[in-house]
Amino acid sequence: MDYSNLISQLLKGNPRAAARLITFVENDIEAAEDIINSIYEHTGNAYILGITGAPGTGKSTFISTLIKIYVDQGKKVGIICVDPTSPLTGGALLGDRIRMKQHFSLDNVFIRSMANRGQLGGLARATEDVIKILDAYGCDIIIVETVGVGQSEVDIFKSAQTVVVLLVPGLGDDIQAIKSGIMEITDIFVVNKMDLQGADKKIAEIKQMLEFRKNYKYDSKDFSEKYAKIELWTPEITKVNSKTGENFVELLELIEKHKLFLEESGVISNYLKNRITNETIQILKHKLTEKVEELLSSDKEIGKYIDQAIKRSIDPYSMANLIIKMLGLE
Amino acid sequence: MNEERKIKVLVCKPGLDGHDRGAKVLARALRDAGMEVIYTGIHQTPDDVVNTVIQEDPDAVMLSMLSGSHNALCPLIMEKLKEHGIDDVLVAVGGIIPDEDKPFLEKHGLKGFQGPGTDLKTIVEFVKNNLKR
Repeated sequence: MDYSNLISQLLKGNPRAAARLITFVENDIEAAEDIINSIYEHTGNAYILGITGAPGTGKSTFISTLIKIYVDQGKKVGIICVDPTSPLTGGALLGDRIRMKQHFSLDNVFIRSMANRGQLGGLARATEDVIKILDAYGCDIIIVETVGVGQSEVDIFKSAQTVVVLLVPGLGDDIQAIKSGIMEITDIFVVNKMDLQGADKKIAEIKQMLEFRKNYKYDSKDFSEKYAKIELWTPEITKVNSKTGENFVELLELIEKHKLFLEESGVISNYLKNRITNETIQILKHKLTEKVEELLSSDKEIGKYIDQAIKRSIDPYSMANLIIKMLGLE
Repeated sequence: MNEERKIKVLVCKPGLDGHDRGAKVLARALRDAGMEVIYTGIHQTPDDVVNTVIQEDPDAVMLSMLSGSHNALCPLIMEKLKEHGIDDVLVAVGGIIPDEDKPFLEKHGLKGFQGPGTDLKTIVEFVKNNLKR
């Protein structure tokens, strides 16, 4: 299919063209390849802000308030909201727009809901591609809302420049704060629903956790380039009320501070390198899986290996090596 | 490997009516039928509906209306969709739609008209069989 007309419309800032292209990259990875290939040179201008947190922490309401502030600053804002797909039926209920009902104008706000279609990690397979489309569409800032996460959905940290994790008072104790996973990839912690009892206790717990990390960091000399973005920055923490907008001025200062840190410390180049590497690996995985599945279903010799494996005369590792050989990748 | 194409449906309640049980049941039924359902909630202006259609690019729009304002709001929505060149989306209205209003709404391109008591399977089949793309 020829996407050139839609792409030229996209680059002129036509929202319908953006929406159509997003549908194509969501539904078809070959379409995604063509489209991203054509628009890639027009991307890389938007600031990507990731918002994550457990279900019900107020991510959508928080984003709604954030959109309003950015729009008032004259920025064009893109929002990608990811919600989970049912593992049983493949259906999904995408309800993030309910909280974003402030009658935003079509000219400067573009909200798109995505089902994760079974992808683990908090985002959908096509989220990176959708980010690029909104970037080429002319968004100054792209806010990515992950699915309501548990503890280990950390993909957003590879995609976004700044990751904000939303917490609420009363969920979990100080042990939760020192667990692995999302608590480690956070650039800014936000205790949402600050009017509820326990907000200050929550902040104290996070601060304690961060203090410990700081001390540990001074001791350790080893430093991995891959995690420079996390290791060179001490996460900030604040509390807000997303419904009233209380404390959002401070929050925005923190986001700006992080943005500045990325540029001044040079960590931004580090982030870009990691992001592109990660993206390429994902694409390779997808393509290779496809090739292997093709081989598995069509090649008779592999059928023989499988039979041998069932009889225990060959093990799955050896079979994998044989397949790598057959693909000419050895 | 192309992923299976998903049917994407927008369920929303235009106007000032807040009775959203029907819309929620419908959203759930379509979800369980394997569709991706965007639910925008109550109090949607025609502009809200059209903006959502532009951005989300659904295959079908299901308007749930129980307030009696369908004759005013539905044609307005259709008109605004047309202004944006959107003619390949199924737009259906359901809820409380008196029989005598149906020809008028049909003339404006609306379909469906399923009311209370309609079997959910009927609505799922209706969506599948009336898609325009």
